[in-house]
Formats: sequence, C-alpha cells, structure tokens
Amino acid sequence: MKKNLPSIVLGFALLAGLVAPLATGASDPGFYTEVLLGGLMAGVLYSLVALGFALIFKASGVFNFAQGAMVLFAALAVARLAERMPLWAAILIGIVIMVALAWIIERLVLRPLVNQEGVALLMATLGVSYFLDGFGQTVWGSDIYKIELGIPKEPVMILDGMFKGGILVNKEDFVAALVAAALVGALTLFFQKTATGRALRAVADDHQAAQSIGIPLNRIWVIVWSVAGIVALVAGVIWGSKLGVQFSLSQVALKALPVVILGGFTSVAGAIVGGLIIGVGEKMAEVFLGPVLVKAFDLAGGGIENWFAYVLALLFLLVRPEGLFGEKHIDRV
Amino acid sequence: MFYRENGQYKTSYAADQQMLPILQDRVLMAGVIVFAFAVVPFLASDYLFLSLLIPFLILALAAIGLNLLVGYCGQISIGHAAFMAVGAYAAYNLALRIPQLNFLVVLVLAGLIAAAVGMLFGIPSLRIKGLYLAVATLAAQFFMDWLFARVKWFTDYSSSGSVSTAPVEMFGWKIDTPTEKYVFLLAVLIVFTLVAKNLVRSHIGRAWMAMRDMDVAAEVIGIRPVYAKLSAFAVSSFYVGVAGALWGFMHLGAWEPLAFNLTLSLNLLFMIIIGGMGSLLGSYFGAAFIVVLPILLNQFPAMLGIPLSTAMVSHLELMIFGILIVFFLIVEPHGLARLWAIGKEKLRLWPFPH
Amino acid sequence: MSEGRGIGEVILEVEGVSLSFGGVRALNDVSFDVREHEVRAIIGPNGAGKSSMLNVINGVYHPQQGTIRMKMDGALREFHDMDPHEVALAGIARTFQNLALFKGMSVLDNIMTGRNLRMHTNLLLQALHFGPAAKEEIAHREAVELIIDFLEIQAYRKTPVGRLPYGLQKRVDLGRALAMDPNVLLLDEPMAGMNVEEKQDMCRFILDVNDQMGTTIVLIEHDMSVVMDISDRVVVLDYGKKIGDGTPQEVRGNQAVIDAYLGVSH
Repeated sequence: MKKNLPSIVLGFALLAGLVAPLATGASDPGFYTEVLLGGLMAGVLYSLVALGFALIFKASGVFNFAQGAMVLFAALAVARLAERMPLWAAILIGIVIMVALAWIIERLVLRPLVNQEGVALLMATLGVSYFLDGFGQTVWGSDIYKIELGIPKEPVMILDGMFKGGILVNKEDFVAALVAAALVGALTLFFQKTATGRALRAVADDHQAAQSIGIPLNRIWVIVWSVAGIVALVAGVIWGSKLGVQFSLSQVALKALPVVILGGFTSVAGAIVGGLIIGVGEKMAEVFLGPVLVKAFDLAGGGIENWFAYVLALLFLLVRPEGLFGEKHIDRV
Repeated sequence: MFYRENGQYKTSYAADQQMLPILQDRVLMAGVIVFAFAVVPFLASDYLFLSLLIPFLILALAAIGLNLLVGYCGQISIGHAAFMAVGAYAAYNLALRIPQLNFLVVLVLAGLIAAAVGMLFGIPSLRIKGLYLAVATLAAQFFMDWLFARVKWFTDYSSSGSVSTAPVEMFGWKIDTPTEKYVFLLAVLIVFTLVAKNLVRSHIGRAWMAMRDMDVAAEVIGIRPVYAKLSAFAVSSFYVGVAGALWGFMHLGAWEPLAFNLTLSLNLLFMIIIGGMGSLLGSYFGAAFIVVLPILLNQFPAMLGIPLSTAMVSHLELMIFGILIVFFLIVEPHGLARLWAIGKEKLRLWPFPH
Repeated sequence: MSEGRGIGEVILEVEGVSLSFGGVRALNDVSFDVREHEVRAIIGPNGAGKSSMLNVINGVYHPQQGTIRMKMDGALREFHDMDPHEVALAGIARTFQNLALFKGMSVLDNIMTGRNLRMHTNLLLQALHFGPAAKEEIAHREAVELIIDFLEIQAYRKTPVGRLPYGLQKRVDLGRALAMDPNVLLLDEPMAGMNVEEKQDMCRFILDVNDQMGTTIVLIEHDMSVVMDISDRVVVLDYGKKIGDGTPQEVRGNQAVIDAYLGVSH
C-alpha cells in the first residue's frame, strides 16, 4: 500500500489537471472539447510511432532510438517517389525499401551485437538513426516535401447542437485515428494468434532460450524490424501529409519515447493509451497551463509541449516504472 | 626494446599505485605537456587554436565529465548538454550580477550549481537504470532547453534570447587572444584531469565501477548505492558545468538558447563511445575525433577535387558518425583507448614477435 | 572443526522466515540459528531455497514473514527490511554462486572494493590524493595484500578478473568477502565447479579463516564429503522447508533427509 501512494497521487494530479479548465470555468466547453479532441488526434499519431518502438522492444528487447529516423526516412521516400508515380505505387515501393532496410539493419547491426547488453544496442540504434538521417537527406534531399493523401484539409464543424458554435475537427486526423486503430487491431491479432507472433514474444523474453528451442533469431528480427518499418511508413505518411515531410519529423518522433514509458515498453495497448495520454496532456498543458505559467513567471512564450511529455515520463518512471501495462522486472542475483 | 619495464621494480605501495608506473610513460607525458605549453603556442596559427585546439580542450573536459558518469559509474545520460547549459548560464549570470568575482570563482560556482542540478536529475537513477534512465535524462535536456529559452531572467531579459560575454579577465590578465585562451584552458584541463584520475583510483572510483559492473553485488559489499550514484552525477555535472561555462565564455563568446541542445548531448556520448568508455585518455581521443572529423570532411574532398556543398558535408558527417558508432560498438566496444592500449602492449614486445 | 576457539553464543538467528515470488513459495517458515565461530552448512536438493535463504539474510530479498536477528553490540537485535549495504555494515559478508565479480576491474581492485565500507576520506581529499587519502589507500592496500598472500593469488594482482580461470575467480570472490572483515561469512557453493585439488585448497582456506580469524561461516555446499568433514552443524532444506537440523552425523541418519536426496516423493 505504501508503494502505491505515489501512483495514486500522480493519477489524481493528472485527473485534476484534466478537468481543471472545465471545472474552474476558465474555458468554454466547446473550446475545451476542441482542444481535447485535438490532443487525442495528436496522441493517435504519437501512438503510431510508439507502436514501432513497442514492437521492436517486445520482440527483440532492443530500444530503437532510430524509430524516428525511420519514420522520416520512410516519409521522405514516399514523398519523393510520389512525385513520379501514383501514391499507392510510391507506398508499395516504400514498403519494399523499409523491408530491405530491416534486413540490412539486422545483418549489419543486430547480429554482430547479439550478446551485448541493452545499452550497447541502444547506442547502436543511435548510430543507425544518425546514419539514416544523413543518408535519407543525401538520397532524397533536405527540403520540405508534401504528401497528398487526397483527404480534404478543411476542418469540419460537428456537434453544432451540443456545443455553441460547434467543434472543429480535422478530417485528416479522423482518418489517422481510423488507420491507427486498424493497425493496432491487426498487430494484436498477429501477436496473439499466429505462431510467428508467439515466436516473437519468446524472443523478446530471452534470446538464448528462444534460440535453443529452434526459433530462427535472425529471421524473427528481420520480420519485426520490417513490421516496425511499415508502421513507421504509415506514421510517416500520415504525419507527413499533416505537417509536411521535413527533418523535424524525426525530432517530433522522439516524443514517442515518453509514450512507451507511460504505456509500458512491451505493450501494444500501452503504446496506444500512452500516446493518447501524452497527446491530450501536452495539448492541455500548452493551451491551458501555458498562459498561467507565462503570466505567473513572466515567461517569453509557451513551449510547454516541448518538455511536458518527458517530465511526465520522468514522474512515471519514479512512481511506476513498468508503465501502465508493462511487466514488472525482478533482478535475481 | 624501448618500452620495457625491466629494472623498474616497485618497493612501496605508493610507488605501485602511482598514476604512471612505467618510466617511459612518465617521460612521454612530460614531453607532451612541455610540448603543449612551450612549443604549440608559438607554432600554431590562430585558426588552429580557434577551430581545433580550444574546442578540443573544452570538449575533452566535458567528455571526461560524461565518462565519469557513463563509463565509470555505468549510469547512462543522453541529455548531458543540459548541465553544460546550466554551467554556462550560471557563469553568465554570476559574472553579470557580481562582477567583482574572480573568473575562477565564477567557474567553480557555476560548476557547483551544475552539480546540484545534476544530482537532482540523478535521483531517478536510484530507481531505474539503463534505457529507462536514458529517457529520464532526456527530460533534463528538454526542460533545460525550455527553461533558458523562456525564463527571461536567465538571459537578462534579452529580446532575442541570446547572451554575449565580455572577454575574461582575471588577476589583471585579459584573456582575449586565442593563444592566451589556449594556455589557460590547457592549465585548467591538466588540473581537472589530475583530479579525475585521483578520484578514479580512490575508493569512490572503485565504488562507481562496482555499481557499473554489478550493482547488487556492490550493495552486498557495503557500497551505498545512493551515495555512489549521486556522487557520480554530482562530479560529472560539475565537470560538464565548468565545460559549459568555458564553452560559452571562451569558445562561443555569445550564444542562443539552443546552443546546448540534444545534438551536443549526443555528440558528447559519441565522444566517449568512440574514444573509450571508462578511460580518461579515451575522453581526449573522442573529443579530438569529434573536433577533427568535420574539418577533415570540409578540407579533404576539396583537396581531392570533389567539391561538396555544406549541406552535403553535414549529411556525410551524420552518416560517418553513425557508421563509426556501430563499427566501434561491434569491433572495439572499448573504443580508441583500447586500441591505444593494445598498441602499447605490442610495443612492449617490439621488435620481437611474441 | 575449529579447535582454537570454542563455539560461542548464537550470533545469527532466523525465525519463521517465509519468502514468495508471485505464486512461488521459495521459503516456508524456516527457523534456525548460527553460533559464533562455528561452521554451519546449509544443504538440500536443487531448488530447495538455499540461495534464497542467504539472499534473505543479506537483505537482497525481504521475506514476507519472519524475523532475522543478528548479534550487534553484544545483544541480538532484530532487523527488518534492511538494505544489503546496512547488512554489510553489520558485519555479514558473502560470496555468490555465480561469482558476481566486477569484471571491469583487476583482482586487486576487486578485493579493495571489499574495504570500501571502511574507507572514509571525503570526496575533496580523494580529489587531492596526496595526504590523508593516499595514507588511507596504502593502509587498506596492506590489509588487502595480507588477504592476497593468504589466498595465494599474488601473481594475479593486476590481472582483470575476467581473464582468470574459474577456480581463481572463486578465490577472488572469497578474498573480496574477507576484505570486509566480517563476523559472519556466507558462502554460496564456494566449491562448485572445482576439481579435487581446487576443492582441497578452498577447504583449507575456509577452515583457516574460521580458525585463525574466528569468523563464523555459513556455507551452502553440495559435496557431502566436504560438508561432513568441515561443518559443525548442518541445516537441511527441501522445497523451502527445513527438514533437518543438527550435527553432520545426526543429519546423515535422518530418514527425511535421505528421502529428499533420493527423490522419494512426499
């Protein structure tokens, strides 16, 4: 019970922060709902990227720092290819590229490092992310590129009846949410119901044990990284069409790290829930908490969303390191 | 034939424990120091000082700091540039608001402030480790980025958010030429390296390494994990804070809030990976590498007649960094320092094959 | 058998200790005591909970039920939820079944870490080195050299421990524990994986420690001949429960113990 108190306090604080703007009447309900929805949509995008993280960690125990770079690389590929061919073809070729990339990473980076501890692998993925950043920009260029998904960009007004003036919702975000949901569903099924999925979970648990029962480690890793690469592609395409494909995409993707911390490193569901919490939390903090802080401390502008996710992750790490859905760790001597 | 220990018997523990037990090493070190102090200032050009030697020295200091935490104590930090920022802004504010303070005092105080902040962000290491700690340190990075950009007091309400510093003056000596900066930094580096070496070979250094190698066993031996980890964060942040102050005052002169961003943090990490984790000499190698590589990339292709745009050069830099990180992690996880040690081993046998 | 010092009062007492991990019961209401200067063996089939018992005494695991009492300052004091380093300060040292040496350091440095809890110069003095810190370092180095002589590993002082053969690594592990100057030494299968000669050496070291330094030894061991030869009293565990407690002769004749080892279902 003593150990649970900090988690309860944190949970309460977050909940209080969530309802504060409504409760104190500082904002009108329509606007509040808009911000909430906007946060949820952003959260969905974070979840997409975090999904790739969680997948790779779940199946290979590797913390893939390069996930953001993969998102950017995939988005760049699709954007540039789409300049010369229909979008669906570009996406298909993009998928092929990401699978090839997965194969190369497995061969050149993962296999030689198979017995090193997590930190070495983390740094190796750091190296991979640097390489992808440089390579992607060399091959595809470093301007800002557009991806046209064909979804109308104008926001739509809904729920006029319930809230005065209605709420603005972005059709693109809505499609993104649907796609993410479909992806999560497919992946969950994959992990739970197929033999490959089971093999992946065995590998995540213990590399050597999995090898000793005949699971082909190398092939499993190629599969996982390919799937993660495809997830990165989907995230990249959606996000790229929303923000434009540019270098900062990989930095934004870094925010998926706090998502997996909240959700638990090995949980697909956690990636989703974590992403939503971060998305909403960030938006709320920026829109409602920001002005309060600016006034109280005479700050030069907001920018809270730059660090809110990380500090939240830090608090979670102190209070509940395994995240909301992750498994607890026992260190045996 | 040259590098033998023949005849160098140690007859006391003090002699056995000295920093450089082999005579040839002592001679070499003395030679390097004399060369650095007496010869380089006269031979090197201003360009060499400004673009190579000065950043090298300051980054080596920062690398030593990070190495103490990551290489010796095994606590990962990928947001360490945040503490450089703390040191830099602390020094700026101290120099600005208490101008009577001697610059050395400013440096030490800035370091202490950075140490305190470092200890604060080191608290998570008491409960989490490895990858989780890495993400927690990112919180430090992004929070500090924001703090120094938004809280206007730190930049003295500057409209652009940037700050600039006057040339350093202490004991009546105005340090404003590259040569003078170099000599001052060299002296600072030597003192700090000595201190680091002393710490590492004392019981605190062993406590750090024990925590790195097997923390449960270390606790069973009687090492207090809280003290070991927080002291590592404190000392490491002190070093890095001083480096940050020096970086701002002696190298940049003026800087904007994002001068100490994630890229710098990652560069520091690369320095110690490539140079050698858990090795002071490796910190120097890594810093040299990071400083020299961009210059090489700039000059080399031009010399070969292949002109590269600046954008291309920076892309190449990224790619080469990435490849080298992976390469070193696979081939020689202990970095250039291990290669150096292996070279010395071979030299002991030379000219005999075995 | 320790002849030089007679076996004294109870120095360590375990009472009603139960330990579970999730659904697995590692220890079930185990009670026994250890007397000063004796050699106490803990034996039992694999998985009986022997290492868990040592981990509980050490503070690495906190039992859900039960108390541990240690003799401190003349009287038996209870300790609850102690951290491992506090247990170390109370005078209990241990070796590990899987070594747990500090792979990045030399033999000398590994054993020197055992002295850490007695080294008190502060950070600033260490940064200076010359002066009190150097003096302290040399004083403890002398103590460690005595241990190195005792264990006959002088030639390997500066070797990184990872490069040593297994038998020598086990000696370093013992040396590191001895460096703590413990009152009670917990040895977790100190002879596992050794050949006959190495075992004889290790036996000799253990008995010398017990004899010359008077250290109380609690020893987990599988080799029955060793147990019968060197221990004063034996505790037998099986499936987390205590099934025997007494002198080696008494325990050897105990039917329950024989059944446990022969694998008779119960």
